[in-house]
Amino acid sequence: MARRGGAPEVSAGSMADIAFLLLIFFLVTTTIETDAGLDRMLPPIEPPDTDVVIKEKNIFQVNINKSGQLLADDNLIDLKDLRAKAMDFLDNNGDKSCAYCKGKSNPDSSDNPDKAIISLKNDRETKYSTYITVQNELVGAYNDLRNRESMRLFKRPFVQLEADYLNPETDSDVKDELKEKVQRIQKLFPQKLSEAETSSSN
Amino acid sequence: MSKFKFKKATKTPEVSTASLPDIVFMLLFFFMTVTVMKEDTLKVVNELPNATEIKKLEKKDRVITIYIGKPVDKFQETQGEQAKIQMEDSFVNLSDLGARVLEAVNEKPEHLRAFIAISLKVDKKASMGLIADVKEELRIVNALKINYTTYEGDTSKNLE
Repeated sequence: MARRGGAPEVSAGSMADIAFLLLIFFLVTTTIETDAGLDRMLPPIEPPDTDVVIKEKNIFQVNINKSGQLLADDNLIDLKDLRAKAMDFLDNNGDKSCAYCKGKSNPDSSDNPDKAIISLKNDRETKYSTYITVQNELVGAYNDLRNRESMRLFKRPFVQLEADYLNPETDSDVKDELKEKVQRIQKLFPQKLSEAETSSSN
Repeated sequence: MSKFKFKKATKTPEVSTASLPDIVFMLLFFFMTVTVMKEDTLKVVNELPNATEIKKLEKKDRVITIYIGKPVDKFQETQGEQAKIQMEDSFVNLSDLGARVLEAVNEKPEHLRAFIAISLKVDKKASMGLIADVKEELRIVNALKINYTTYEGDTSKNLE
């Protein structure tokens, strides 16, 4: 039988169902990846040519034992006090050469932020989560001090400046300006966090 | 006879569903574009710890990922229960790790090789001994830029 009025239209009513099916598939399989973390530089394997002599008072020694207890400069301390302790140490300004520091100028603590070194040691049995928590507190101490200086100089926190600087969507001329600011703050409180080789104390 | 008929009680008009497919398609395209397919099949338990002071990793093409953790149940018979290292899709022995990392670096285009970062995805229950060994291997092959990849969140949950 000849058709009148052309071919019949295909019903599009089930299109929504098909789209829903696909939608649900993607909803279920999506994992929005979280690739962020704590950046660290490992020390190069070759030892430096000249032996650098560092004064005892310029090193803030943090030790983590296998049950997760903390020893900071030979005192057993609580994790929640670590950040304040580290900040006191970095900000101490023992030789009074640091104009922006607000520390107590204790002669037995660090000379200035440029010389202050935090050394982190851990046991082979230490749990990774404890280690990360301690690392986080120490990086936090640096960030807090840098934020303070950044607020004073540029009226914006340092972490925000740095995030904008690292963001690939920022314009290049803004980036150049930010780079200068970021480097200036980094120079005020250089991050000197040494990761010595793990000791085994059995 | 009046010209105007009184309307009978009318039903409320139905909402047109003709634009429903469009809305669903919009959502569908959103999810299709943001979806990242997993590159590696995890063979180790990999629950990352939390941290607050984190920095985003740079572009994906300059990151090499190393997973560390206990093998998942399926592999515990053959691999044991001790924490293991996984790169790409296979288990790697500590002694081969340096070579594998160098191989992975050499697969990257030359202009990116200077910027390569190693992302360490370590299960929070792993102990530092193995990680110290891994760090030592990485120092030997001169891959010094590392990132302890974590979730963003309260660190107090790490200690449970």
